[in-house]
Amino acid sequence: MTGTARVAALFLVAVHVIVVLAGFLAPYDPATQNRRLPFAPPARLHFVDEQGGFHSRPFVYALVDAPDRALGYQEEKSRAFPVRLFVEGAPYRVAGVFTARTHLFGVDEPGRLFLLGSDGLGRDQLSRLLHGGQISLFAGLLAAALSLGLGSALGMLAGFHGRWVDAVIMRLAELFMALPWLYLLLAVRAFLPLHMPPAQTFLLLVSVIGVVDWARPARLARGIALSVRERDFVRAARSFGAGSLYLIRRHIAPETASVVLTQAALLVPQYVLAEVTLSFFGLGVAEPAASWGNMLGALQQYHVLVSYWWMWIPGVVLVPVFMAYHALADGLRARA
Amino acid sequence: MISLVLRRLAHSVLLLLGVSILSFALTELAPGNFFDEMRLSPQISPETVAALRARYGIDRPASERYLRWLESVATGELGYSFAYGQPVGPLLRDRALHTLALASVATLAAWLLAIPLGVGFAVARGRWPDRLGSALTATLLATPELVIALLLLSLAVRSGWLPTGGMTSSGYADLGAWEKAKDLALHAVAPVAALVLGILPALVRHVRAGMIDALAAPFMRAGRAHGIPRRRLVFGYALRAAANPLVSLLGFSIGSLLSMSMLVEVVMGWPGLGPLLLEAILARDLYLVLGPVMASTLLLLAGNCLADLLLYAADPRIRREAAA
Repeated sequence: MTGTARVAALFLVAVHVIVVLAGFLAPYDPATQNRRLPFAPPARLHFVDEQGGFHSRPFVYALVDAPDRALGYQEEKSRAFPVRLFVEGAPYRVAGVFTARTHLFGVDEPGRLFLLGSDGLGRDQLSRLLHGGQISLFAGLLAAALSLGLGSALGMLAGFHGRWVDAVIMRLAELFMALPWLYLLLAVRAFLPLHMPPAQTFLLLVSVIGVVDWARPARLARGIALSVRERDFVRAARSFGAGSLYLIRRHIAPETASVVLTQAALLVPQYVLAEVTLSFFGLGVAEPAASWGNMLGALQQYHVLVSYWWMWIPGVVLVPVFMAYHALADGLRARA
Repeated sequence: MISLVLRRLAHSVLLLLGVSILSFALTELAPGNFFDEMRLSPQISPETVAALRARYGIDRPASERYLRWLESVATGELGYSFAYGQPVGPLLRDRALHTLALASVATLAAWLLAIPLGVGFAVARGRWPDRLGSALTATLLATPELVIALLLLSLAVRSGWLPTGGMTSSGYADLGAWEKAKDLALHAVAPVAALVLGILPALVRHVRAGMIDALAAPFMRAGRAHGIPRRRLVFGYALRAAANPLVSLLGFSIGSLLSMSMLVEVVMGWPGLGPLLLEAILARDLYLVLGPVMASTLLLLAGNCLADLLLYAADPRIRREAAA
């Protein structure tokens, strides 16, 4: 693997570890509102106080409405809140089993630390970004696993078995590919319930995205199965009396694996984007749960679009993540 | 030639039928429809809902509804929209035209940009213009279409140079023919730009890769030895040899273009198929969902047919194959 691809892989692992640890790394619960602080700008960390004294521990000032409300907020210099490590705060679940309250950093009540600003309901953007990343990034990963699993299984079956199985599966694949993919995705989404609890919505999205796009991996896997089937070592194994299942498992699947892996690096970003797009349209993960898509949804209002740059952050972080996936795919392809 | 066209047409019709059956089967799995939402409303009596269901044939079995829908497709109605209270066909026609206009202008613009850029990068391979180009296309490729569309929208809103939202200004009907055209063109700038930026990186990459292969071919050296000027060699010979995979790429790119277009239309408020589909989904308006889905399939299939025909015209090898 090339150096770039290795760096990209490390970066992706780091990003995923960070979002998995969202509960601990985020200072607040992603749904906690501060109605008095809508669209607060990213907090300014200070080291030097009013008297010119230097503090090695950074601190933030409390935000109050500016005298002219249209100007937003101003800092109240009399109330400083030092940033502390390992503070107790809102409870969160660890691995879905036990509950913890310790957050990596935060400020004492009633101070608020919005490192990336707050949204229209005064919710911490950083906390929402981290928790939303959990949903968006893992939706992509799981959907890719599903579509590649389903697609390559059907593709291998079609390529290996040939005859009518091949004909049926490939005609069906053609149908799925005759629809522009976003339209297909939305059409399938259209016929499923609109309002559901977040966990169910997440699973529903993953399965819709994964199942709808089975045709492309299936075509790839079929091509490989077709060529491997005719190779000498497979014929030899067959003449020794190897069964179909054994042949697929032992000879065809390993040959498809490297292509599937490369394909995965290309599909994951597309599926992350699919989740983001659906949630942006209001057809995906619903508030108050955070996803990068429904966070970007706020930009559909013109005043948010032009006034609060920090609302763009979920879209901006997608760029390096996607670049890393593309670099990884290039590296995997070069190796294959 | 004619047999090729006929074969492609028959294939497309079969695919369209298949897609419609698939979509209809999906609606069977759907929990709830337009009338279920209506039933929740206290102002509407259960009898009214039942009468409406009977009137629109919702209480019929799926196979019968499908046949009736096919019948209405034949008359150009494409079913009945419950939310709009009118047949889907007329609603769809304008929307499909708007999407088609947006997509074709964007395709044209993107190719007109991609060919010189790709050729330029291939000729300058390894030197700084190529490296800069590769870095730019990689960044653009990783930037989600959604973000590109939102960025352009915010630029338009901030600068005030371009109108935003919709396809025409409010006083459109009173304008003269020239002003009308100008108004439309101004409204189309932002969505077209978003689409072009969305498909450009992939196109440039393919043109560049194809040109690099073509430039390295032995016939290029032969041409140079014959003293053919460099410019003619690149554009007259290499580009022609590289054209074949590019034309098939045109067919492939139409699918992603339509998907992007739906996104851009919703973000920018362009009255195409995209916003109509989204509206229909949120209202659970069954036939109105089917309409844009079928229309987009039709556009995609038509685009693929067009690409096949272009390929036929551009590549003598394919002509021989088709004749055989």
